[in-house]
Amino acid sequence: MPAMTTTITGIQRGLAAGQFSSVEITQDYLTRIGLFNDSINCFITITDDLALQQAKAADAIIAAGNAQPLTGVPLAHKDIYCTDGIKTSCASKILDNFIAPYDATVIEKFNQAGAVMLGKTNMDEFAMGSSNENSYYGPVANPWDFERVPGGSSGGSAAAVAARLTPAATGTDTGGSIRQPAALCGISGIKPTYGRVSRYGMIAFGSSLDQGGPLAQSAEDCAILLQTMAGFDPRDSTSIEQPVPDYSVQLNQDIKGLKIGLPEEYFAEGLDADVARVINAAIEEYRKLGAEIVDIKLPNSGLSIPVYYVVSSAECSSNLSRFDGVRFGHRCDNPVDLEDLYKRSRSEGFGDEVKRRIMIGTYALSAGYYDAYYLKAQQLRRLIKQDYEKAFTAVDAILCPVTPEIAFKQGDKTDDPVSMYLQDIYTIALNLAGLPGMSIPAGFSQGMPVGLQLIGNYFEESRLLNLAHQYQQVTDWHLQVPEMK
Amino acid sequence: MTLKIEDVRNIAQLARLQMDDSSLEQYASDLSNILALAEQMNAVDTSNVTPMAHPLDATQRLRADEVTESDQREKFQAIAPDVAKGFYRVPKVID
Repeated sequence: MPAMTTTITGIQRGLAAGQFSSVEITQDYLTRIGLFNDSINCFITITDDLALQQAKAADAIIAAGNAQPLTGVPLAHKDIYCTDGIKTSCASKILDNFIAPYDATVIEKFNQAGAVMLGKTNMDEFAMGSSNENSYYGPVANPWDFERVPGGSSGGSAAAVAARLTPAATGTDTGGSIRQPAALCGISGIKPTYGRVSRYGMIAFGSSLDQGGPLAQSAEDCAILLQTMAGFDPRDSTSIEQPVPDYSVQLNQDIKGLKIGLPEEYFAEGLDADVARVINAAIEEYRKLGAEIVDIKLPNSGLSIPVYYVVSSAECSSNLSRFDGVRFGHRCDNPVDLEDLYKRSRSEGFGDEVKRRIMIGTYALSAGYYDAYYLKAQQLRRLIKQDYEKAFTAVDAILCPVTPEIAFKQGDKTDDPVSMYLQDIYTIALNLAGLPGMSIPAGFSQGMPVGLQLIGNYFEESRLLNLAHQYQQVTDWHLQVPEMK
Repeated sequence: MTLKIEDVRNIAQLARLQMDDSSLEQYASDLSNILALAEQMNAVDTSNVTPMAHPLDATQRLRADEVTESDQREKFQAIAPDVAKGFYRVPKVID
């Protein structure tokens, strides 16, 4: 596939110049998916008929001169977004037969923008996981090394973009689920401020943490996608009523004089030395671009993991109580009574990790334990947020690693849930605080991509995109493509 | 906090999950490890800290009490496991 046709900006130019039609480029991607999906397993559903139908409609709109920025551009969506008339499984057996009866707001916006949907991507079941090994539809391979994990939970989206089976994809991020797979697959991804992108129709995991966002090949492409995804939605009760800026306007701004903070706690023990080498080289690039590098402290960082696993599990146990085998989804055979129906439908439908989290959450919310777990976690959450508020009085953005190590081998951490949870050590604090964060490729270690994380203050997605874009103007890590055999 | 098999049984009952006896021990061990992780929270005194409910301290939005949705019963029930006469059917609850 020629380089220019893989990015959103490249496809936009090609479509506008009439170099190819949306049907042609869509067919190219469908062919490529056909070639590689068996080995990568990044798609749960390939919507080829719909894609070609949407592409045809897009070509007519383009011919009539009414194209919007994403008209005719193929995209893939994480299978957590409800898509009207199309299977929406959340990678769970309990939703294996679920044909969503409505579109998520994000999907509705992409449809209105004239984008083409190639399919629904694989993920960790109900977005619970950091390796995409918790999927009912099997694990996803990392395109850089098929034996390694792509990260999770948006592992299918990240792998599909890295393998160029789609120009870009949507994801969701509850504790790092956009940034961590983006880092491990060598692509760019942004998790916006909590409340920036509508959660309506996005199957809920931890409602106070979940946020949708794009995974793409560059900051520039992320800006284009976020432009369509962001915005107030009255159907999401936690959506924030604030105007959406033009995310592309600030991309080319000079970053000279911007203060970038390095949190001491994120460079401490536990960070792989070779990953640290890559991050330090990126810091030097930022220095060369004129940024001022400042040391900062986020003293409560160490609490992020326990706080996150209490809050997210508590919220998931509540959210997932809706899967009861009564109105939709899997129902067990021959239930003897209603309780048997609930219990067997749920136990047959949920995978092990989902059950563990439901159990932890149920326990944390049960009578006598609420104060010790959930309330305590919500108090600590405020302290974590205050650390960031204080940091942002001194710096414009924060820079740190995304993950402590490169993508691990499949099966390496599946026996020990706690060791898997520690993968999220650098990503979850900002979900707890509700801040925006971005992951961009910054180099390689042992032939595997390493991601760089940028964290901004509330609603400063433009600044993150600007910092990422400026870095991508002087480096070519984001242009590296895995050689797949 | 170390969970016993009996604790796991109780939690599973609250969560409406059915557990095979053979898996209870593994769950007890996994859940105890996760709770041990959670107990790191006790290292910090939070007696004067207000719990955080929303990152931006937003409050629940209200709207006028008007009908904004149309009736889509048939569409929604088309994906249900068992319906009859417009109702969702489950095993008999009251004798």
